[in-house]
Amino acid sequence: MSLTLGWLTEHKELTGVVMGTAFGVTARLLMLRSDYRQYPAYPHGKVIHIALGIIASALGAVAVPALYDKDYTALTFLTLAAQQFREVRNMERGTLTAIDELELVPRGAAYIEGISVVFEGRNYLSIFAAFLVSLAVMATSWWGGLIAGACCFAVVFRFMRGTTIAHIAHVEKAEVRLDGPDLYVGDVYIMNVGLDENREIIANEGMGFILTPKNDDAKVTLSNLGQRQAILHDVSTRLGVLRDDGDPALLPIGKLALKSGKLGLLVLPREKDQDKAYKALTGVPLLEAAVRRPTKANRKSTEGSAHG
Amino acid sequence: MAKIVGVVTTIQGSVAGGAPIFYAKERDELQRIAHLLEKILDCAAHEMNEDLFIIVNRKS
Repeated sequence: MSLTLGWLTEHKELTGVVMGTAFGVTARLLMLRSDYRQYPAYPHGKVIHIALGIIASALGAVAVPALYDKDYTALTFLTLAAQQFREVRNMERGTLTAIDELELVPRGAAYIEGISVVFEGRNYLSIFAAFLVSLAVMATSWWGGLIAGACCFAVVFRFMRGTTIAHIAHVEKAEVRLDGPDLYVGDVYIMNVGLDENREIIANEGMGFILTPKNDDAKVTLSNLGQRQAILHDVSTRLGVLRDDGDPALLPIGKLALKSGKLGLLVLPREKDQDKAYKALTGVPLLEAAVRRPTKANRKSTEGSAHG
Repeated sequence: MAKIVGVVTTIQGSVAGGAPIFYAKERDELQRIAHLLEKILDCAAHEMNEDLFIIVNRKS
């Protein structure tokens, strides 16, 4: 055993590259869990991302020994990688946009953009992981690489968690009420439903939720149309959706109560399970495009001097 | 912008204008015609009042 470890210490460059690549790929794999977003679900989709993950990690890992050899041009290869990963983002965007037209409840452009950015970002994370592990091995020895790898995994998990609706809003169930043709969820007016048949379906199968924003920033985020579509899509994916093409009245829909900034949600799930619906709602990720912090910006410009 | 693509009413002469107008004999028939139009045109039927429905296209 000691002979093997000694061998690893002697061949630092090889160890660095191999460990860096291994940790980078593992990080990419950890980030590629097929979750409730149901994407990518098929082996071929995964193969693409694993292959790119291997390339990314290899590039990151090889860069360090090259720099140790004062081979500074090696860095230009990293720009090549960056170019590749922007392609990944375009590819994801293209695929998801094409699929979106055929979804009963579409993801919406904001959500698609969010997903593609994440795909690009995760490749960079695996480059960084590979680079750091390789650097640690070169600077110390194989055990340094192990420590750096563990730290990278911690960072990766932190990045994966992200913020969700639960951070910005209280979610509560509300009654779906029909007043003639007017449909309300709690006290939020949703829409006008003309046909008796649709009214019956909505009254029997509909589930209503009220999302109350926790602060003024949250109000802006909840009112974002992209964020609302993402909520509807996620809830419909997890609970199923009771609708078909050609039933425009049976569309899950979210409407704002303008005065209070509350968001009223009407969903028509296949599985009418309150707990699951609650979990699905609170777990919807906040979209980068939807998160605004107007209170922070305003404080800086007007009240900043008062606080020093 | 949403567009009115059809009007269904039970009261003759209560509406006029650019969209096709369908007259129904009674409220049941009004519901039936509105239902058919909703399915055929893939547009939502909205109730203005009990005797007047509009079919609205939101897709374009």
